[in-house]
Amino acid sequence: MLAQVLAVVIFVAMFILIVTEVVEKQYITLGCGLLTLVLVFGLGLHSMQAVVDTLNFKTIGTLGFWYGGGESSSGVNWATIIFLFGMMVMVEGMARVGFFRWLCMEIAKLVKYKVMSIFITFMLLSFFLAMFIDSITVILFLAAVTIELSELLKFNPVSMIMAEVFCANLGGSATMCGDPPNIIIGTSLGYSFAQFVMNTGLIAVVAMIFVVTYFYFIFRKSLVPKEKVDTSTFADPKEAILDKKGFVTSCIIFGIAVVLLVTHAQTELSVATIGVFIAFLTIITAPKHAKELLKGVDYKTLLFFIGLFIVVGGLEQTGVLELIAGFIGKVAGDNIYIMVAIIIWISAICSAFVDNIPFAATMVPIISALAGNNPALLDTLSWTLAMGTDIGGSATPIGASANVVGVAKAAEAGHIIKWGKYCKAMAPATIIVVLISMLLIFVRYVPGIM
Amino acid sequence: MDKQLIISVGREYGSGGHEIAQKLADFYGLPLYDHNLLQEVAAKLNLSDEELADLKDYDEKEKNYLLARTIKGYNNSPEQNVAKLQFNLLREWAKEGKSFVIVGRCSDQILKDNPNVITIFVNGTDLAKIERLMRIYDLGEQDAEEKMKKVDKKRREYHNSNCKADWGKASSYDLCICSSHLGIDGTVEILKKYIEARTK
Repeated sequence: MLAQVLAVVIFVAMFILIVTEVVEKQYITLGCGLLTLVLVFGLGLHSMQAVVDTLNFKTIGTLGFWYGGGESSSGVNWATIIFLFGMMVMVEGMARVGFFRWLCMEIAKLVKYKVMSIFITFMLLSFFLAMFIDSITVILFLAAVTIELSELLKFNPVSMIMAEVFCANLGGSATMCGDPPNIIIGTSLGYSFAQFVMNTGLIAVVAMIFVVTYFYFIFRKSLVPKEKVDTSTFADPKEAILDKKGFVTSCIIFGIAVVLLVTHAQTELSVATIGVFIAFLTIITAPKHAKELLKGVDYKTLLFFIGLFIVVGGLEQTGVLELIAGFIGKVAGDNIYIMVAIIIWISAICSAFVDNIPFAATMVPIISALAGNNPALLDTLSWTLAMGTDIGGSATPIGASANVVGVAKAAEAGHIIKWGKYCKAMAPATIIVVLISMLLIFVRYVPGIM
Repeated sequence: MDKQLIISVGREYGSGGHEIAQKLADFYGLPLYDHNLLQEVAAKLNLSDEELADLKDYDEKEKNYLLARTIKGYNNSPEQNVAKLQFNLLREWAKEGKSFVIVGRCSDQILKDNPNVITIFVNGTDLAKIERLMRIYDLGEQDAEEKMKKVDKKRREYHNSNCKADWGKASSYDLCICSSHLGIDGTVEILKKYIEARTK
């Protein structure tokens, strides 16, 4: 009982500290992680085994961690950490050579710099890129180019940036590596990239059709240029490429990463292996820039993840998450429809206000406990959790990282996006997508389980 | 004036700091910036009147911690972003060698690395500040005191949430002066002597 109370207190304190930003969030999760090891496992459980299980170092030494599957669902999810590290190195390499700016400018040129066409294609581009690259990077570059184009083409970029942010979050939900909650769900429960594409991916594509239509109708008037502009004098997109040789190499490495991820169920390479391999390729092909690339990795986020997994491990080891799962099970009874509805809406609402990464890490053991020995139910709840956490974050300016970055980039150009303005456009879109996701899950999966 | 001169004036509400800053600006023939700094920001960024009004809504205000998040140094807080726009413009001007007088806007810390910046903080006795506020704004004594405390609290929160140094603390400025003893003009004269000594 003492251990459970301590685990809950530390977890709640961690959430409050993350929200209030008293200190940087990696220090918060690492500090709370340390408290979990000492107080929960030491003082409460008197269990060294719980410490060993949660730190989970032994898993890195097993063959299954690198090849052939068998990821662990308990404690620190090292596969997620290593995979994220690898992708961060690759993205740094792509950014260094000017890949993202070139891509955005090339597309704008392709659609003849027509604002409405740029609006539609940038939404699609945001969705597609976020399937493979973290949404922060996608929005950093897309928002910067949108602002640049808005100054050239004389339109207000706010609506376009908001639509791009939403589509980045939606694109992230489509694949296993698109959004951190999906990486956590996928590596913890052993799903493949292809399984995500066939399940959350299909839902995201259907939802995207509605989203593009929705944004077109609510934003079309705000995207009318203030004056006609001669686009013939615009710079050639190729000028965005800063290192031609590096550019080609980066494109090839990105292509290899996509192929490896799509086929990892067939090759049996784990995402950790893919991450290490991609990082290795990026560094080995640009040895002069190795230091710069490694320096650009967001170590703060990786440390944040490690601390977070330990705190959630405290809840798991003390059985708190099983209690929560039992409560949800009791409320839902045998009705899977209610269970799905509870998980998707609670996930979406919570993710709209708090970081969806700790939420997803907490919910994975809960859905495992809820599903028991029913793999079909576990699959359904996994897709439900992924869609709820990935999409819910779009509703408010603080719900997801991409939103914060998008709002801040717009503000750099003097365009202040207030909470009211943001939520007025994004909350209805979030509700529409969560509703579509829930209905698709109801129709496609639930009848087969009940 | 050939050499760059930037005078940064922090002030307690009711101390007459703004009037002192205006008199210094007039004497040295420098432009004075306070809330009008946002108009300069808007002009530089080609913003509409509506967007300028949005910026003004968040001028010199502390961010709401519950409604804001920071990711990789980016923050969604309008208060923080409006402050950042002003800080960037001040830094740009300072770098270009422009001379001006700036009231508030954390300028004491934002520009502190520039050797041509003189940072001043004007305070006052409670009695003198309340008396001044009652006279200028036609307020009762209690209302004036409440307003003084409220505005100073907001200024402190804004300053300290954007800078490491404390608002109103002597170590944060080159010179702190109480305007209540010498009056506005007397304080201006002392400050002129200090500025002359610094710019020789």
